[in-house]
Amino acid sequence: MLRDVDLSGYEKVTAKNIPWEKFITSGHRACQGCAEVLAMGMVMKAAGPETIVCNATGCMEIITSPFPQSAWTVPWLHVAFENAAAVASGVESATRALERKGKLKKRPKIIAFAGDGGTADIGLQALSGALERGHDFVYVCLDNEAYMNTGIQRSSSTPYGAMTTTSPPGKKSIGQRTWKKNMAMIAAAHEIPYVATASPAYHLDLFNKVKKALAVEGPAYLHIFATCPTGWRSDPAKSVELCRLAVQSKVFPLYEVVGGQYIITQKVKKPKPVTDYFKLQRRFRHLTPDAVEYIQSRVDEEYARLEAFEKATAPLEEVAEPPTEG
Amino acid sequence: MSKQAIMAWEDLALGTAILSPGNAKELRTGDWRSLKPKLDEEKCIKCSLCAMYCPEFCISVDAEGFYRPDFYYCKGCGVCANECPKDAITMGKEGE
Amino acid sequence: MGKRVGLEVSLAVAEAVKLANVDVVSAYPITPQTHIVEELSVYVASGELDAEFIPVESEHSAMSAALGAAAAGARVYTATASQGLALMHEILFIVSGMRMPMVMTVANRALSAPISIWNDHGDIMAERDIGWIQIFAENGQEALDLTLCAFKIAEDKRVLLPMIVNIDGFTLSHVIEPVIIPDHAEVDAFLPPYQPVLKLDTQNPVTFGPVGVPEVYTEARKQLEQAVIGAKPVVDEVLAGFGAAFDRQYKLVEQNGKIGAKTLFVTMGSLGETCMTAVDELMAEGQDAGQTRIRLWRPFPEEEFLAACAGAEKLVVIDRALSPGAVCGPVASELKSLFYGRPGAPEIINVIAGLGGRDVTVREFKEMFALAGSGKLSGNYMMWGVESHAS
Repeated sequence: MLRDVDLSGYEKVTAKNIPWEKFITSGHRACQGCAEVLAMGMVMKAAGPETIVCNATGCMEIITSPFPQSAWTVPWLHVAFENAAAVASGVESATRALERKGKLKKRPKIIAFAGDGGTADIGLQALSGALERGHDFVYVCLDNEAYMNTGIQRSSSTPYGAMTTTSPPGKKSIGQRTWKKNMAMIAAAHEIPYVATASPAYHLDLFNKVKKALAVEGPAYLHIFATCPTGWRSDPAKSVELCRLAVQSKVFPLYEVVGGQYIITQKVKKPKPVTDYFKLQRRFRHLTPDAVEYIQSRVDEEYARLEAFEKATAPLEEVAEPPTEG
Repeated sequence: MSKQAIMAWEDLALGTAILSPGNAKELRTGDWRSLKPKLDEEKCIKCSLCAMYCPEFCISVDAEGFYRPDFYYCKGCGVCANECPKDAITMGKEGE
Repeated sequence: MGKRVGLEVSLAVAEAVKLANVDVVSAYPITPQTHIVEELSVYVASGELDAEFIPVESEHSAMSAALGAAAAGARVYTATASQGLALMHEILFIVSGMRMPMVMTVANRALSAPISIWNDHGDIMAERDIGWIQIFAENGQEALDLTLCAFKIAEDKRVLLPMIVNIDGFTLSHVIEPVIIPDHAEVDAFLPPYQPVLKLDTQNPVTFGPVGVPEVYTEARKQLEQAVIGAKPVVDEVLAGFGAAFDRQYKLVEQNGKIGAKTLFVTMGSLGETCMTAVDELMAEGQDAGQTRIRLWRPFPEEEFLAACAGAEKLVVIDRALSPGAVCGPVASELKSLFYGRPGAPEIINVIAGLGGRDVTVREFKEMFALAGSGKLSGNYMMWGVESHAS
């Protein structure tokens, strides 16, 4: 069901007006080559100073806030692991009431950050509730595909076959036995105005998705892919390259769902094999050729399904042209 | 009695909030570095991608338009060198 | 000077919340709390109360959203009971640790298993260490009045803590009582608008909820402990101020029956009213009986309780919660700690009664009194009225 979404407040970001002002300072304690903090920093650059952040427990919370230092220059609230969306609901409702009563000049933007465990597992209920109630906020899942903060345990967002400390490969297991949970489509099923996947390797695409997510009235969901060199056993220098390879291999397609319409924002015309992406990470090195073949076929199938969604949800009178990456 | 505390409880802000936003910039994360990026100014086209992808947010533009890391923070991850489209940045051992 | 009406106590609590001009109500339905929040949603829908009503998807989110709203500078209210309170457990500590004022009604109800919707104090006794101010109402007027006082106490600059007003589920929450509803202007004069000390403000950014490294955690908890202990004189002061403004007096600990009696019942919550009747009858029969009612539970009013029990030789402490494997019930345990090592400490007889909606009648209180007098109530505690092959 397609719905009209008002994007009139959206200002397009191009190579000419890139937002550089940072709201997470240097001196944060993320691991070398952390793409998660990179992604979060990019979201904040696009969001700007009039923003309140609600942060779930996890890597991003601990690396930015060990007392007495904070890397945040915007108002920031951390409560617990599973409730970032609920906390944001409360902040949003309060700002609504206070604005109406003349106690607050203008409602700020509200962004909730959580990792994949805090989103797809323990925080899924709170997220679903907040999306369904229609709060005007942006929920950002920073997906590094396992519980990294606690020591690389598997989550429902860990990809099939990956080695983690609780999905070890062995005689009787391939590693992670289940396919990655499709959080973006779960969010889209709530029929909220805006859902998108993003990657820090495609920074303009990411900036524009943040701008759109903030521009719409009501909830928006961003699912951002983020390399964890510590957890993926990859070279920290390759973190952004891995984010790019995940897109180029169709493992993590970039798309948005605007009022129910699926739009692939980075078309993958000449896909790289998944092995190009796998071989830079030790979490996949135990995979057998059969396993890789299975993964490749399912990745292709899912991308084809996404293309079918795009086709099926395109407005009848026109075919959507994807914006070109600058 | 050994002194392990940062401050007396009476001096803590309400609810242990931090009232100095961004004071993590006091932290010298450059101490973590074992590899150090080096810029070849001949090759650099001042495209800013190294700054865009720096997970430390510590690369900024200088008066000549070159993008330079702040070594007070640079952890030496090497993302800038890897992402440089002109291979203008190389990683060398710290102290060499 | 307000109007006197016959009202279900839940609705009286909702009236108080409306009179307090709350900004945000965040609630999830659970028996026997539902009538309170249903009524509040009606007020919001009709425009009688200018607030945001967040119909959250769980109690965990109810408390999380309440915290978020409080951090943004709003006056916040929620209500729950039993399993709902237990589901909130994790967040309750965070609200007090972050010093976020808010008011919550707990319509006290037994915890599962077996599932029981009926009244006891098992839910709140599992939350003794959460760092909230906790008070117990005995009747409908008190439920309304203490709810108004709770906002003023919680938001006091010397306190800045969340507060729970306990009302017994069904036996208080669902009964219709005559209640005086104060005028809005009178309440406005008593309860000024909330002025948060710290809040989420883009003009003045703060970091709420940082990592408490070992070099600060102990001091952080000390700050909370001092705030909770320091709340006692403020509770006293606010209740006295309420008494002066509305002519209804509440103390931290109440006495009735014979002052200085040798045997005192100790009660908390609405069972105190049944006990009062029993004490009156015992006195009429010439017995040396009295009663001490604990109103404020956290912080525990030590001096006031000791003064109220001066001269007593036996305390019959009624606990409405069982702590399996503990030395005794939670209230008795508190009192034994209080009296330990004090010269002339009374004997503490602990009766665990009224679990999961089991009635405790006037006659039963009198039986307890007789058994206590004859020395037949011994041991660490007894569970009153348990049907057993051994009895």
